[in-house]
Amino acid sequence: MFSFLNRKSSPESSPNAGKPSSPVWRVDHLHRFHGGIHPAEHKAESASSPIQSLRAEGLLVLPLQQHIGQASEPVVQVGEHVLKGQLLAKPVGYVSAALHAPTSGTIISIGMAPVPHPAGLPQTAIILQADGEDRWIERESQPDFRQMDPAALRTLIRNAGIVGLGGASFPTAVKLNPGEHAAPVLILNGAECEPYITCDDLLMREHGEEILAGAEIMMHALGSQHCLVGIEDNKPQALEAMRAAAANRAKVQVVAVPTLYPSGGAKQLIEILTGRQVPAGGHSIDIGVVCVNVGTAFASKRAVIDGEPMISRIVTVTGSVREPRNFEVPLGLPMEQLIQAAGGSPLPIDRVLMGGPLMGVALHRTDIPVIKASNCVLVMAPEQNQPAAEAMPCIRCAACVDVCPARLMPHELYWFARAGNFEKTQEYQVFDCIECGACAYVCPSEIPLVHYYRHAKQEIAAQERERDKADLARRRNEARLARLAREKAEAEAKRAEKMAAMARAKASKENGESSAAAPADAQPAQTVEPGAKPAKKALTPEQQAKLDTALAARRASQISATTAEEKPKTAE
Amino acid sequence: MPLSTPSSPHIHGGSSVAQVMRRVIYALLPGILVATFLFGWVVPIQLILASATALLAEALMLRARKRPVGRFLGDYSAIVTGLLLALSIPAIVPWWITVLGVLFAIVLAKQLYGGLGYNPFNPAMVGYVVLLISFPRYLTQWPAVAPLGSPHALSFADSLAIIFGGGQVLDGISQATVLDFVKTELGRHHALSEIVSSHPGLFGTFSGSGNEWVAFAFLLGGLWMLQKRVISWHIPVAMLGSTALLALLFHLYAPETYAGPFFHLFGGGLMLGAFFIATDPVSSPTTPRGLLIYAAAIGALTYIIRTWGGYPDGVAFAVLLINMAVPMIDYYTRPTVYGHDNGGPAH
Repeated sequence: MFSFLNRKSSPESSPNAGKPSSPVWRVDHLHRFHGGIHPAEHKAESASSPIQSLRAEGLLVLPLQQHIGQASEPVVQVGEHVLKGQLLAKPVGYVSAALHAPTSGTIISIGMAPVPHPAGLPQTAIILQADGEDRWIERESQPDFRQMDPAALRTLIRNAGIVGLGGASFPTAVKLNPGEHAAPVLILNGAECEPYITCDDLLMREHGEEILAGAEIMMHALGSQHCLVGIEDNKPQALEAMRAAAANRAKVQVVAVPTLYPSGGAKQLIEILTGRQVPAGGHSIDIGVVCVNVGTAFASKRAVIDGEPMISRIVTVTGSVREPRNFEVPLGLPMEQLIQAAGGSPLPIDRVLMGGPLMGVALHRTDIPVIKASNCVLVMAPEQNQPAAEAMPCIRCAACVDVCPARLMPHELYWFARAGNFEKTQEYQVFDCIECGACAYVCPSEIPLVHYYRHAKQEIAAQERERDKADLARRRNEARLARLAREKAEAEAKRAEKMAAMARAKASKENGESSAAAPADAQPAQTVEPGAKPAKKALTPEQQAKLDTALAARRASQISATTAEEKPKTAE
Repeated sequence: MPLSTPSSPHIHGGSSVAQVMRRVIYALLPGILVATFLFGWVVPIQLILASATALLAEALMLRARKRPVGRFLGDYSAIVTGLLLALSIPAIVPWWITVLGVLFAIVLAKQLYGGLGYNPFNPAMVGYVVLLISFPRYLTQWPAVAPLGSPHALSFADSLAIIFGGGQVLDGISQATVLDFVKTELGRHHALSEIVSSHPGLFGTFSGSGNEWVAFAFLLGGLWMLQKRVISWHIPVAMLGSTALLALLFHLYAPETYAGPFFHLFGGGLMLGAFFIATDPVSSPTTPRGLLIYAAAIGALTYIIRTWGGYPDGVAFAVLLINMAVPMIDYYTRPTVYGHDNGGPAH
């Protein structure tokens, strides 16, 4: 019953058996992930009018950290005039992405600025004063990308600052490295399952051709032979547009998936389309799949074929605004400007979200910039169906167990997290929680469940950091004790040798014996008599200094070795 | 002005504990109406008495425990406990029996464990079993069928007198249940067919006359709860299924000694238990497989107690005994977490 996928290379094998070497994937049956919910969609409000472009004007705030991984490093000076598309900050390390000027203008500062951050913390940003001319740098187009080396193509995408536009902002170039997989299947994620958000829907309706051109670029970088496009069936126009674009592309298959939140989660979409699950703690490439958002494919097309780096994105502005719609927004534009462009809120605002109502981050202010991860600005008025301020006790109704797409036991995780029993939360796999919020959505007691899981994850991470720190301190202390013991032993050995030499000299003087036997006698003398106290001044100042410098050097090398070990961990 | 920044998700599906409990109460209504029709005013009087006692006890305990009284009274869970207990005991018991049972259920089995959500045992069944063990004489005298409007129906005043009068219950209005009667007669080595033919008035279409229609009404209410997703199918199907299967097997093996599946399904507290009591979310498992194991065990234990145990009905004991196993059932029936069954490294 699991052979829904017609894998022509080995049709009889079960989907999870073995590693696909170069299968030809063709979806003829859909699979179902566990659980899921179907909240009111609220898509029609913002999906009825075409994408409108907003001008880059005023001050643009461009945080250096707009992606997962290391923050990029500025390559411009304050006061410098830059052109549209010019590199402002270069990627640092493997998991990183570049940042470019969304318009021409002058760099007026590089420093801390308010940014979209869950905790409301400011971050380093480049602030650009637009000059209103919107003058491009010279663009280098690569229409013949098929002639390019995949590695060079990846570098190009990395230097164009492309990150995943689905919300997680993972640097795309890293994803496009197939590793040991000869031909991973590329999945374009056009599910867009969160209520209210329609930016991918509109993008697919208006730019289907370019999205698939981007998919071809990615397939070339990956060596893929097949591309699946998953779109929820509540977007018939997007499906039609993408199918039309895929009509003359044999390697691309557009698949309508049932509307069920969170089918747009990468793991869930992969399961729907392939029936396979990404192994816990692993990545989709482990099962030969790479999943990217349709917007990311569109951005890749622009970067490679048009030579335009990622300097704008489509943002849905919806909820309690007079004219909900989608904008193409230059990065760095304040969200307040988007809300005003959508007519402003007719009601007092309760909260403003970046993202959808189920996974979005509540923003502490609206004068913060649009970043690469900003797919939606959702303005919420108080009367919308929000969870109650005060939760009732859990009645173990297990509604959360029924809807959890990760097949967790959300109520148990809640009990353990609440009791501070973080070891148990790990035993119950809290790190497999994708924080989709389905459990809290159905909870009759209106317990903010996801909040407890985040808390547990943070606590565990903090405890691990503490443990690492304690480990390092313990190792250092052990090294210090060993050093002291060694020094003591060395001093005692020296003293014993001295004594032995003295004894030898004395003996040879007294007995007139030959000194040839002396070395043999000297051996037992090294085991110090219990009564003899080690002399403090056994080492000469020169010897002490020499020993100290040698030990300091060793200590330094030990420390650098441990930090080097830890680096990959923090980079992840 | 800084905006509020609560944690996601920012929308809610709209269900609430109060809604769940309200729906349980609605689902009980058909059974309550049929019981009232068949047995008279004693039924609603007991139900009101039990609910009022439950609310009062809950309020006093919440106050003593310094919990917000209004918020928790508004969740209707106390009323559900009161109603279930009152529906489990004979409606002709004196008022203090009902009050005592409800006090045990609310004070001891629920609030002293921490209130809603914290009780390991089903409160209504704790109250019932305390009464059954302490006052077996009262708990085995059931009202005889006397439909409202019929010549031997109890008037409202009679009903009040029976419950609050403190007098002895007359033989004419009480009788043993059919489960009890059959058990006693089988114990005297009478064959089943003999028992049925000698007391035709006691037996109805599927089971005991009168009670079978109440059970049927509970079934309808239970199906409505299934449709509204107040409960899942696992518990009723597994519980009714396991009792019916055992009854069928033994009945086929020795038809004169063991009553058939319909007699068991519609007799005693099985139907009420399968839809309204074993399904108490707080004291039942939370995994789909766990629910099946739990309910099948209750069904089997019910049949065993009914057939070979010391009591005519076994639902209450079976529920409480299997309640004890719930943490273990939950622990061993955890579903495989996404991504953990295909050789991927554990996190």
